[in-house]
Amino acid sequence: MEFIDYYKVLGIDKKATEDDIKKAYRKLARKLHPDLNPNDKNAHQQFQQVNEANEVLSDPEKRMKYDKYGKDWQHAEQFEQQRQSQRSRPQGEQYYSDDSDSEFSSFFESMFGGSGRGRKAKYRGQDLNAALKLGLTDILQTQQQTLAVNGKNIRITIPAGIENGQVIKLKGYGAPGVNGGPAGDLYITFSIAPHPDFKRTGNDLFTTVPIDLYTAVLGGETMISTLTGKVKLKVNPETQSGTKIRLKGKGMPVYKKEGETGDLYITYEVKLPVNLTEKQKALFKELSQLK
Amino acid sequence: MQSEELIPAEEFCIHHHIDISFIYSLKDSGLIELASREEKIYVPLAELSRLEKMVRLYYEMDINLEGIETISYLLERMNSMQQTILQLSNRLERYESE
Repeated sequence: MEFIDYYKVLGIDKKATEDDIKKAYRKLARKLHPDLNPNDKNAHQQFQQVNEANEVLSDPEKRMKYDKYGKDWQHAEQFEQQRQSQRSRPQGEQYYSDDSDSEFSSFFESMFGGSGRGRKAKYRGQDLNAALKLGLTDILQTQQQTLAVNGKNIRITIPAGIENGQVIKLKGYGAPGVNGGPAGDLYITFSIAPHPDFKRTGNDLFTTVPIDLYTAVLGGETMISTLTGKVKLKVNPETQSGTKIRLKGKGMPVYKKEGETGDLYITYEVKLPVNLTEKQKALFKELSQLK
Repeated sequence: MQSEELIPAEEFCIHHHIDISFIYSLKDSGLIELASREEKIYVPLAELSRLEKMVRLYYEMDINLEGIETISYLLERMNSMQQTILQLSNRLERYESE
């Protein structure tokens, strides 16, 4: 357990008045409050410390105790233990919170008791984070899934076209609040696994399709796979390797825009024949002489 | 809109210990949408999270309405920029893996 200098946390000196504390707290809250720093864990942690500092220093009784024992808080604990035993109460009952999800530091709890006891202020529960791994084909359509978070089953709707790394907030599904405060939020980060055949950029998909030399030169048809099924494509005569074509509407669905989809871009890769027969070699030689 | 998706504005104010005039000011500034049914004002469920955030900004952080308006706009822009960054980094990953 480390000593926390609450004055330093709020950037004030020991002679600070109640008004100074209030001003310092508000100034830092405007900078670090989770509402103003969504998805920023660092800011959230700093805000918890600011909140804790304000909780102690804005309460004259707690401030007095902190000022008296703060630097040497172990003595405060001994002092409290002594006082407790005088009141014939079981040791330890007063100092530690049973709430393992407490947002207060162990330093705070050792000095002022559990975060859920004897305080009027309500605090929001901790935000929780979860990760969900999906494949490209899983996000072609909006679907519902049940997630088990902290022993609770939560049914969530996964909108079609969700982006890799995108975060969805489920309000009130985080840790329970303190002193009747609201529960925190649950943040779900989606991880979309790369597909072996299709690369995704935004709502568009990219793939490479091999075609044989004869189809590339003379033209013809080729069957290609999209994420939603097979499509027969006409290949123009004299198609070069690297030629790109676009299949409109065969990409990924656009996030939260029902009916809109991106495109599929196909790059033709002309495969040269191998293991030629003598006859084929002779014909290629003949062709080369016609140049 | 179904009735279960609406929260009576008065109930919201009692729960949060705030004056109803604050909610009206937010509505007048175009920051939230309210619904009215049979002369009663309701907060749509979809607006609840946004409204609670504005209550915290105003009452806990002492930010005035103009400030809330600016913050809301900037947070929306930040959110949209984060989405763009995410898309660009996914795109960059694709080029780097080629």
